[in-house]
Amino acid sequence: MRNVWTVARNTFREAVRDRVLYNLVFFALLMMGAAILVGQISIGIEDSVIVSLGLTAISVIGIFIAVFIGVGLVSKEMDKRTLYALLAKPVERWEFLLGKYAGLVMTLAVNTAAMAAGLYVALWTVKHPLERSDWYLLAAVYLILLKLALIVALAMLFSCFTTPFLAILFTLGIYVAGVYAEDLRTMQTVDMAPSTLKMMRGISYLLPNFENFNVMGAVSHGRGVPGRLLLQDTSYAILYGSIVLVAAAVVFSRRNLK
Amino acid sequence: MRRLSKNRDMPIPAIEIENLSKDYPYGFLSLKKKRSLENLSMQVQTGEVFGFLGPNGAGKSTTIKLLMRLIFPSSGTARILGKSIEDVSMHRNIGYLPEQPYFYDYLTASELLDYFARFHGLKAEDRHQRVQRMLKKVGLETAKKIQLRKYSKGMLQRAGLAQAILHDPQVVVLDEPMSGLDPLGRREVRDIILELKKEGRTVLFSTHILSDAEMLCDRVGVIVGGKLRGVGTPGEMVGIQTQGMEILFELEEREKKFPILEKATKTGERYRVQLPEAELYGALDELKAAGARILSVAQIKPTLEEFFMNLVDADRAQANAVEVSGQ
Repeated sequence: MRNVWTVARNTFREAVRDRVLYNLVFFALLMMGAAILVGQISIGIEDSVIVSLGLTAISVIGIFIAVFIGVGLVSKEMDKRTLYALLAKPVERWEFLLGKYAGLVMTLAVNTAAMAAGLYVALWTVKHPLERSDWYLLAAVYLILLKLALIVALAMLFSCFTTPFLAILFTLGIYVAGVYAEDLRTMQTVDMAPSTLKMMRGISYLLPNFENFNVMGAVSHGRGVPGRLLLQDTSYAILYGSIVLVAAAVVFSRRNLK
Repeated sequence: MRRLSKNRDMPIPAIEIENLSKDYPYGFLSLKKKRSLENLSMQVQTGEVFGFLGPNGAGKSTTIKLLMRLIFPSSGTARILGKSIEDVSMHRNIGYLPEQPYFYDYLTASELLDYFARFHGLKAEDRHQRVQRMLKKVGLETAKKIQLRKYSKGMLQRAGLAQAILHDPQVVVLDEPMSGLDPLGRREVRDIILELKKEGRTVLFSTHILSDAEMLCDRVGVIVGGKLRGVGTPGEMVGIQTQGMEILFELEEREKKFPILEKATKTGERYRVQLPEAELYGALDELKAAGARILSVAQIKPTLEEFFMNLVDADRAQANAVEVSGQ
């Protein structure tokens, strides 16, 4: 695991030096603007609006980083050939892949934590003191992070066998399909043949169910997140993410570099 | 202590390549295949400097990438220090400089070397000492805190060389180590290779510059069109066919006419004449009698380009002959 940790640390350092965390400035400005504006236009539901806006921003910014940087994690190294000297060291290819993955998840964790702190500051400006229900926000942020970790794994898998552009398209496509996986599963249409419905249900089970990680509605209205759901989602993300990463490692282990 | 092979009382070669081939798929659904390396078999002995010579696209980098497991062979095997190239642990004793190296440009040279040293499990203090020593060795001591994005091509090459030898490897593989370097840089790389040889390390390097190979190599392997054309000393492989002699001279009395002068070409104040080796002494006598100042007498050797072209032409002639006999 020493090699994995070494690659992960360097990936985190790369993200910091390439100014990936600068998005936090944008988030801070958004939250400040929202806090000022919401105070003036929404009476009585300021905190709910701030929480919805903040969590949506954390999710969208995170998805943007997870997809675009996730795809570049491996493809950039292959394009620029920075990988050559590294793979000539006593490093297994899967160790490199896992290290890159861990490095970006670390970056996303720091980024998400900083944005969550910013969200609490914005919330505090419209409502203080904070109430007990406001701490449910942390559960929502945690689930967003799990979702992002899964997206990074998918982005990495696609970048191992196709071009960066197609990898971005595939990852975003799977994400959008994954958001509607639940609907696909429960869809009841009279026009559709039973075999098509069966196939769609099958596909819905293969797709990552990203809606599982969405508790934004509940949290913004002060409702808690059951511990069982957190446990289920954590197990799901670990299992699904591991399968995707193993597939990525298998593809990458036999890939000829340019 | 050198390990001995089971069969003979011979030390195990540092690098052994057996029937290594590489096909690249291309075209619709990758159904067609282009062979870039064909049944390459050769050995590099422990402690020697081996030059891998060939024109661009000959298969030098393909062979090196196969050895470094950056690409995978279509058939054949290779071993380094007795271990299969599929065994990752063999990389503990190997240093590798890629062609036109490019490293993480957000790192400084110190950080880059420290990063690579970590994969060899070196302790912090040892890492620090080695990194400083290597930076000094390759002349980057004063630029160690500058990010690599601000480095010139030559400086990147030196950083690459430093990471290749950082962990005291027994075998060093350098892909075009002199490419893109100025004369001073080339000299420094040559000195480092000679130093590695003196320390008893095995060096395999690829080049298309004949003079580098002649100056440094115990043996060279010549590869053209993916096929190994021979292995031997640089003299045996390339320099054996002298094409004649060349005399460079100056004249005190410019008006003077004599037969050799008519064959000579003038560049500035100097004259250059090329003639068969048998006529050398007669020409020298003639020049001496005419009061010419002889500046140099040298053998005319084929350039590497000519040498490679001859091999390519020979290949084509052989292919044509086969075609004709088949008809």
